[in-house]
Amino acid sequence: MLGAATRKEITALRDRYPHPRSAILPCLWAVQNEQGFLTVEGMTEVAEILHLVPSEVQAVSTFYSMYFQKPAGAHHVLICVNVSCALRGADDIVGHVERRLACPSGGTTADGAFTWESTVECLGACGGAPAMQVDHHFHENLTPDTVDALLDRLRSVPGAHAGAGATPSGPHPPTAETPPLATAEGPPAGAAPPTERAETPGPRTGTTANPRGPRSRPRRRPRPSPDDL
Amino acid sequence: MAEHRLLTKDFGTEGLQTLAVYERLGGYQGLREAFQRFTPETLVDEVKTSGLRGRGGAGFPTGMKWGFLPKDVFPRYLCCNADESEPGCFKDRKLIDENPHQLIEGLLIAAYALQVNIAFIYIRGEYFDQRLLLERCVEEARAAGHIGNDIHGSGFSCDVIVHGGAGAYICGEETALIDSLEGYRGQPRLKPPFPAIKGLYGKPTVVNNVETLSNLPHIVQRGGAWFKSIGTEKSAGTRLFCCSGHINRPGTYEMAMGTPIRELLEEECGGMWKDRSLKAFQPGGGSMQVLLPQHLDLALDMDAVQQAGSSLGAGAMVFMDETTCMVNVSMRLVDFYHHESCGKCAPCREGTYFESDLMHRLEAGACTSEELNTLADICDNMNGKCFCPLGDTATWFVMSAYKAFRDEFEAHCGAGSCPVRSGTAQLVTA
Ligand SMILES: Cc1cc2nc3c(=O)[nH]c(=O)nc-3n(C[C@H](O)[C@H](O)[C@H](O)COP(=O)(O)O)c2cc1C
Ligand code: SF4
Ligand code: FES
Repeated sequence: MLGAATRKEITALRDRYPHPRSAILPCLWAVQNEQGFLTVEGMTEVAEILHLVPSEVQAVSTFYSMYFQKPAGAHHVLICVNVSCALRGADDIVGHVERRLACPSGGTTADGAFTWESTVECLGACGGAPAMQVDHHFHENLTPDTVDALLDRLRSVPGAHAGAGATPSGPHPPTAETPPLATAEGPPAGAAPPTERAETPGPRTGTTANPRGPRSRPRRRPRPSPDDL
Repeated sequence: MAEHRLLTKDFGTEGLQTLAVYERLGGYQGLREAFQRFTPETLVDEVKTSGLRGRGGAGFPTGMKWGFLPKDVFPRYLCCNADESEPGCFKDRKLIDENPHQLIEGLLIAAYALQVNIAFIYIRGEYFDQRLLLERCVEEARAAGHIGNDIHGSGFSCDVIVHGGAGAYICGEETALIDSLEGYRGQPRLKPPFPAIKGLYGKPTVVNNVETLSNLPHIVQRGGAWFKSIGTEKSAGTRLFCCSGHINRPGTYEMAMGTPIRELLEEECGGMWKDRSLKAFQPGGGSMQVLLPQHLDLALDMDAVQQAGSSLGAGAMVFMDETTCMVNVSMRLVDFYHHESCGKCAPCREGTYFESDLMHRLEAGACTSEELNTLADICDNMNGKCFCPLGDTATWFVMSAYKAFRDEFEAHCGAGSCPVRSGTAQLVTA
């Protein structure tokens, strides 16, 4: 159940637009601000207030990459690896953060302090490359040292959960009830270990009958190991 | 001829983000003058006279776009496109960060010209602080009577709504933006009907870029003819160029159109870093074709760059030095389009997937040279065959790089690792 303030905000957002449906994106932000991610219950309530069916709201939510569909860490770190940043050393920053936080891109640290990911989505900070966003705020001209200093400082700042951005609205879910996820896509800590899965597409020797190559979708792409960078 | 500052002239003034300082520097005079000196029709004509072309990428003449709205169909809507996500592009963020009221004033002038009573600013989700800033400025302007009912006694009423996106590059495409604003998954719509005829909520709608709108207060105050006198015959005014990559001073520089690219690189950007030489550059952002050092003498002019086989696009310039691996750069851009493909049409949804898969293996040196033909084939199956320009542009950089740096692509085949990074490649560029 969403809090009264959030419900009120959602109702106000609905009335701001010529058509209530237009308010979906801002309403989902309101849910994420309160709950830390998009809970099914939260989306159902949005649907109710906007006079929509819940599946419509959920279908919209999955299109947009900034909504969390599952709990995230207290701070969200997003590192750009698009061209302008890559030219100025973004891969080094990514390698450094990966080692520092000891979890792969897309994962949450064991203590629930950080969810981090590298992204090909240019953040619009190419002039200050390499750049990242932490809890929606820009940090530019990064070096491993400035990143370290920032991560240290943030670790001691509790409260703001990643969805909340500038205005922290209370402690974030990774508590006893919603344990942080250990890996990018793996099950929560404590659950059965994931079955082995090929991370890289298998070797493709020779030509296949299909001149376009095999049509199977490989799993997640391999990230270059820090030594390669 | 160095920087020509029009939109950026007040940048850096302390407190420019507040209404008081903006008004002290002459802010919102353009809006008042628009009401006093122009009717909506004559204002559209003035913008036509100015020769202003859209700064969002396509460069379509703004006045002409406005002229397409059918008469007597109301309500109409206006959307400011602040979804800037083109790789290499950060001018809209700069314009909002430094001078948000200039944008709001421009938006209101456009709303008056188009007789729009609700104007939206669609800003990308990542620009979180910028959204808060705009929301605050809109409230400030509302309190001062620049937004609301019967603005300055003109009889014209307009409300402004700042709408935050949530991370989707495709929502920068105007019809996808409209879909997203209506509360749907942001997927492009079939054109025609163009938004000018049937856009937001099925009503006539104009979508304009942040920089396009920010020009309007200046055009109103100083006249369309004056604006036309800046820049070149077909590209009037100035543009903000976002310079990034291997240069000494990355940043946004406002230049009159027609200035040679070399001047931008050497004088404003301080030349290439570490005394290295330029290998290639990309004008116009991630979507556009690669250009080579011999193109540095081209003028910053939409048509001149187009003739050289690329485009000024959204005004981003990414400079790459001699150590850059073009396969790696292509891979990242292809990854970007793969990530951002909205999935509506098969050539793009599947094509970007295969492109990205192939580029990753090529970059790792695990492709055969026959597969380069497959790459060309994939691109050929996409270019011109996708539902919206995203799919087409996903092939432009990689194909132009393949043409210009063929040796480099071939050197990767079967190399087992990136030959540029390991320094084993003997590269000759075309
Ligand atoms: C895939 C795609 C992405 C786009 N992204 C943007 C964008 O981020 N910002 C923008 O102003 N225009 C963008 N455009 C261009 C818009 O569709 C539209 O042409 C522009 O907003 C019109 O404004 P203008 O006439 O002021 O240039 C994009 C177009 C495409 C096809
Ligand atoms: S070209 Fe790509 S982005 Fe455009 S409609 Fe097709 S799938 Fe969507
Ligand atoms: S390329 Fe990294 S912010 Fe633009």
